[in-house]
Amino acid sequence: MTEDVTTPVQTQVDAIYRSESRRVFATLVRLLGDFDRAEEALHEAFALAVEQWPRDGIPANPRAWLVSAGRFRAIDAMRRRARFDASLTALAERLEASARTAANELDDDAIQDDRLRLIFTCCHPALSPEAQVALTLREVCGLTTEEIARTFLTAPSTVAQRIVRAKTKIKNAGIPYEAPSRSDLPERLDTVLHVIYLVFNEGYSASSGEWLTRPDLSGEAIRLGRLLIELLPEPEPEAEGLLALMLLQESRRTARVSSTGEIVLLEDQDRSLWNREQIAEGVALVSQALASRRFGPFTLQAAIAATHAEAATPEQTDWGQIAGLYGVLAQVVSSPVVELNRAVAIAMRDGPAAGLALVDSLLQQGELSEYYLAHAARADLCRRLGKSAEARASYERALRLTRQEPERRFLERRLRDLPT
Amino acid sequence: MKYMLLIYTDEHAWTDAERNQCYEDSTKLTHELNAQGQYVSANPLHPVATATSVRIREGRRMVTDGPFAETREQLGGYFLIEAQNLDEAIEVAAKIPGARKGTVEVRPVLEIPGLPQ
Repeated sequence: MTEDVTTPVQTQVDAIYRSESRRVFATLVRLLGDFDRAEEALHEAFALAVEQWPRDGIPANPRAWLVSAGRFRAIDAMRRRARFDASLTALAERLEASARTAANELDDDAIQDDRLRLIFTCCHPALSPEAQVALTLREVCGLTTEEIARTFLTAPSTVAQRIVRAKTKIKNAGIPYEAPSRSDLPERLDTVLHVIYLVFNEGYSASSGEWLTRPDLSGEAIRLGRLLIELLPEPEPEAEGLLALMLLQESRRTARVSSTGEIVLLEDQDRSLWNREQIAEGVALVSQALASRRFGPFTLQAAIAATHAEAATPEQTDWGQIAGLYGVLAQVVSSPVVELNRAVAIAMRDGPAAGLALVDSLLQQGELSEYYLAHAARADLCRRLGKSAEARASYERALRLTRQEPERRFLERRLRDLPT
Repeated sequence: MKYMLLIYTDEHAWTDAERNQCYEDSTKLTHELNAQGQYVSANPLHPVATATSVRIREGRRMVTDGPFAETREQLGGYFLIEAQNLDEAIEVAAKIPGARKGTVEVRPVLEIPGLPQ
């Protein structure tokens, strides 16, 4: 048996693959006009690199080399297939002609634009939200279908089918490979931000399963958030607000779950475990976004998270500010969940009785009657008011509504601790 | 690419004045599209009460009264347009007066060879 010797060039090719493959892919999609053709060309280009670079040395601009190798391999493949499909001849000729004429299409600016095009195409509102998430993780982040399936606890075949359908729609419905025009940018950016936040939330608060968090996905979402800010032609406060929100939530990850996998509430968390670096970055981003006066719901949520992060102890929390921020947020997005959070903040500021009145009127409106956190919040307020029987009834109601193991265990613990 | 823009609305939700205004605005839009080389054709349809459905089953022609499906909103008209891509087609769809009351479904047209020009 021969030993697997990794030469320095191979190590470098691997590193270049990790840092460049998604950029090269984004540009190949533009040049070849098709996701599948670009994927194939990308693999061909790296196969050629593995063959040639150890012999000829690594080119001065590996990115441009890979794009150009991928493009010509794709044109060659098209010519070979043209024997069976005459329409490919014309396409191959057109691609070859444009390869000869356009000189500046491979400069760094053009490649930056391609990455932005890729993000906006994967998050096009004409695709379903599930397809947007799967396609973004696959094409922008470079996760494999199996990795995506594992993180979302779905079958790889389901994810594969979602991606195939999305690519078919892109092709047949003519979804353009373009960043949106200025007038469409706010709406389109909103979709992108929601996709990123969906990915983050799936990693931060897994919707089902044994574990409370899946760090890989949160890390991926934060990377995406950073990439988006870097690529956007002008600063967008809500993109900064979203990155801030993710960083501030992420900063509490280790403190949020005990060593035995139990939920630790914000007020009980060991604040020395909070990641100071992430908090500092998050707080700076929030201030920047707030100063722009063009902020939206992500920035407001980040500002709330920042207020928590800046309190050295739970007692020092500025509940007045938090209640105020939830008030503004409720005006921007009308959501009963925001109202619930506002009620909890008011309970902290003005006492549990004030909060309970608000939570009860929210529950009466009906929209939150199946939301376990509304009942858990009510239970908690009753407990603090010494209304044990009511607290018990609400904890039990919450328990029937949750699907997550650590949440169940937390509620059961609270129930056991109630005085009988 | 060609796109079919299908306008679905509740046909009883329109007053005569609204309907006439819609025809007027739509006609204006067809001229705008024509000036930009995007117009292929457009028409409103008579109400679904006038619809007849035809199907062939086991070689026999069956003709029935009524639309293909009874729905709350009905196909009330269409625009057939020429557009570079879906974003352009969506832009046109958003200008159709019917979109303000109903829904415009955007469908790319599948081009097949051999049709008369």
